[in-house]
Amino acid sequence: MSRIRECFDALARQGRKALVPYITAGDPHPEHTVALMHTLVEAGADMIELGVPFSDPMADGPVIQAACERALAHHTSLRDTLDMVRHFRERDSRTPVILMGYQNPVEVLGTSEFARLAVQSQADGVLTVDLPLEQAGPALATYREHDLDTVFLIAPTTSDARIKKICEAASGLIYYVSLKGVTGAGHMDISEVKNKVREIRQHSTLPVGVGFGVQDAESARAVASVADAVIVGSALIRQIETYLSDPDTMKKKVAALVKDLRGALDHDLAEAGRSATSA
Amino acid sequence: MASKAPERTDTADFAQVPDREGMFGEYGGRYVAETLIEPLAQLEAAYFKFREDPGFVAEFEADLSHYVGRPSPLYHAQRLSEKHGGAQIYLKREDLNHTGAHKINNTVGQALLAKRMNKSRIIAETGAGQHGVATATVAARLGLECVVYMGEEDIRRQAPNVYRMRLLGAEVVPVRSGSKTLKDALNEALRDWVTHVDTTFYIIGTVAGPHPYPVLVRDFQTVIGREAKSQLEAMTGSLPDALVACVGGGSNAIGLFYPFLEHEQVQMYGVEAAGLGLDTQKHSAPLNTGKPGVLHGNRTYLMEDENGQIIETHSISAGLDYPGVGPEHAWLKDIGRVQYESVTDEQALAAFHELTRVEGIIPALESSHALAYALQLAAGMSPQQTIVVNLSGRGDKDINTVADIEGIEL
Repeated sequence: MSRIRECFDALARQGRKALVPYITAGDPHPEHTVALMHTLVEAGADMIELGVPFSDPMADGPVIQAACERALAHHTSLRDTLDMVRHFRERDSRTPVILMGYQNPVEVLGTSEFARLAVQSQADGVLTVDLPLEQAGPALATYREHDLDTVFLIAPTTSDARIKKICEAASGLIYYVSLKGVTGAGHMDISEVKNKVREIRQHSTLPVGVGFGVQDAESARAVASVADAVIVGSALIRQIETYLSDPDTMKKKVAALVKDLRGALDHDLAEAGRSATSA
Repeated sequence: MASKAPERTDTADFAQVPDREGMFGEYGGRYVAETLIEPLAQLEAAYFKFREDPGFVAEFEADLSHYVGRPSPLYHAQRLSEKHGGAQIYLKREDLNHTGAHKINNTVGQALLAKRMNKSRIIAETGAGQHGVATATVAARLGLECVVYMGEEDIRRQAPNVYRMRLLGAEVVPVRSGSKTLKDALNEALRDWVTHVDTTFYIIGTVAGPHPYPVLVRDFQTVIGREAKSQLEAMTGSLPDALVACVGGGSNAIGLFYPFLEHEQVQMYGVEAAGLGLDTQKHSAPLNTGKPGVLHGNRTYLMEDENGQIIETHSISAGLDYPGVGPEHAWLKDIGRVQYESVTDEQALAAFHELTRVEGIIPALESSHALAYALQLAAGMSPQQTIVVNLSGRGDKDINTVADIEGIEL
């Protein structure tokens, strides 16, 4: 069973939702990434989405663009990113890691070589932002051969017929983009998200994660009420950006935000627990 | 019409590309985030519908005649031809179009499409500012809101065009990410589009980007080649021996080449910017030195580093300063139908002065690349042979750049 599946199964047994923070590999410095990943898990993350830096991240807002630029200033490559996952695994064999990035760095390495190295470093899933279903054919086959989960995006603009096709090709989880926009935007409409997640569930039993517009504990809690996983990127990276010159404070602030989000996600669970006890 | 019977080459059926997925062989496609898939499908459906609609075609053609000023002349540069002692050089005068370049052919077409699709807002990316000006122009004429993304570095280099766009009522948004040039402006326009997709039409300026843009822009630009073909036929009674055009993204080149592709006796040369030289890192010649990869929604030749990061390019001409190239050019290179050459900053500058002094025409620095190569090519041909050069734009916008290089203060 895949690590992602195991993670969701365990959470389901506890009635909890997954918290999935995103950070960009190599931001603010390649030496900090593995430690930051451990910090995320210690503070309550269930899975990690690790961004592969790219020079032209066209689906990302200004915060993640800046993160890519900081990582690329230190020449963080796809190979380096996979090395970071390998190091992370030395102390953590349980937390799933999903690699999120753009197609061109994969092309240069070669899809098969990338898949081989990803498995070797014990990464669990691949999400390529600019590789929609129609273009994914050969890569999809290669990732499946290597038992890597293939995560796809579904957007507010995705038609019902297309949702069905994407659900058939996806594994691990489905990533629903909560708004028309780039990562870190602030105009998510939770009732629209709820409707679309319901539509997705008609075609798939896979867990559904929601990201792009989750800003804080409040929006995280709202998303958790309609989805299986809450994905948070830009809000976290803003903490990294604010404390660039002070790595210790940075780690503390990142941990504090993750704990805050964790608390928000588990809030309803705690409520349910309390009312169960009092009953 | 043509004196020589049209011949299909055996290698490819040029009318059959791109395929339904937007692929030119292994190039092109639709490599975008999921949110844009449906809007691109809608654009494709609308375009393929209106392309066949006589009303749309008639309106486009009327705009080309009465607003753009077409047909643009095909000018026999006799003095230049004699001086260089070889083939007869003909210039396709796209510099005489409204706004001074071929870019307007495409923006007129896309704006009509935007109107038919009931979009109230137009966005565009621009490098040198020519496409930005051409977009702001059609937006003004149709009363549409217009936002143009332009790299901060380009805004500094092209101040007159920035002011021109603002005069036309467009908002020019400086792009400060990445290398602060055209490629980053394109990223920013895509981000705007994904955010305002319901109301906004994105007018891409070249034959790159996700399907259907490469085919749509090509179709709007082929008027260049169709006119050149019948004009040369009327003047000489035959097809040209060679065509020469500069290639950045490649829209003026494909516009000239496309109607001639099936005539295999017509040699074609696309000219990339060799900047300070192909052996330096300072150039913009992905077809000459790059490798296939994925950027801005399509698979094509790219300038990238060993890790697949897109690298900064250089050219004296801002319009050629782009790390990718239209996917159809990538395919035409691979099948050997078009030869892709290159010309340095210095050679282009020499050709700029040559045409100005010998024919009294100030060419854009982009077009000067085509001209520089054509002069080399002509020297090795006979006076009975003909070359058509796409003079894609006028050089007024470049006089500050040229004066700067030559240490002259205006």
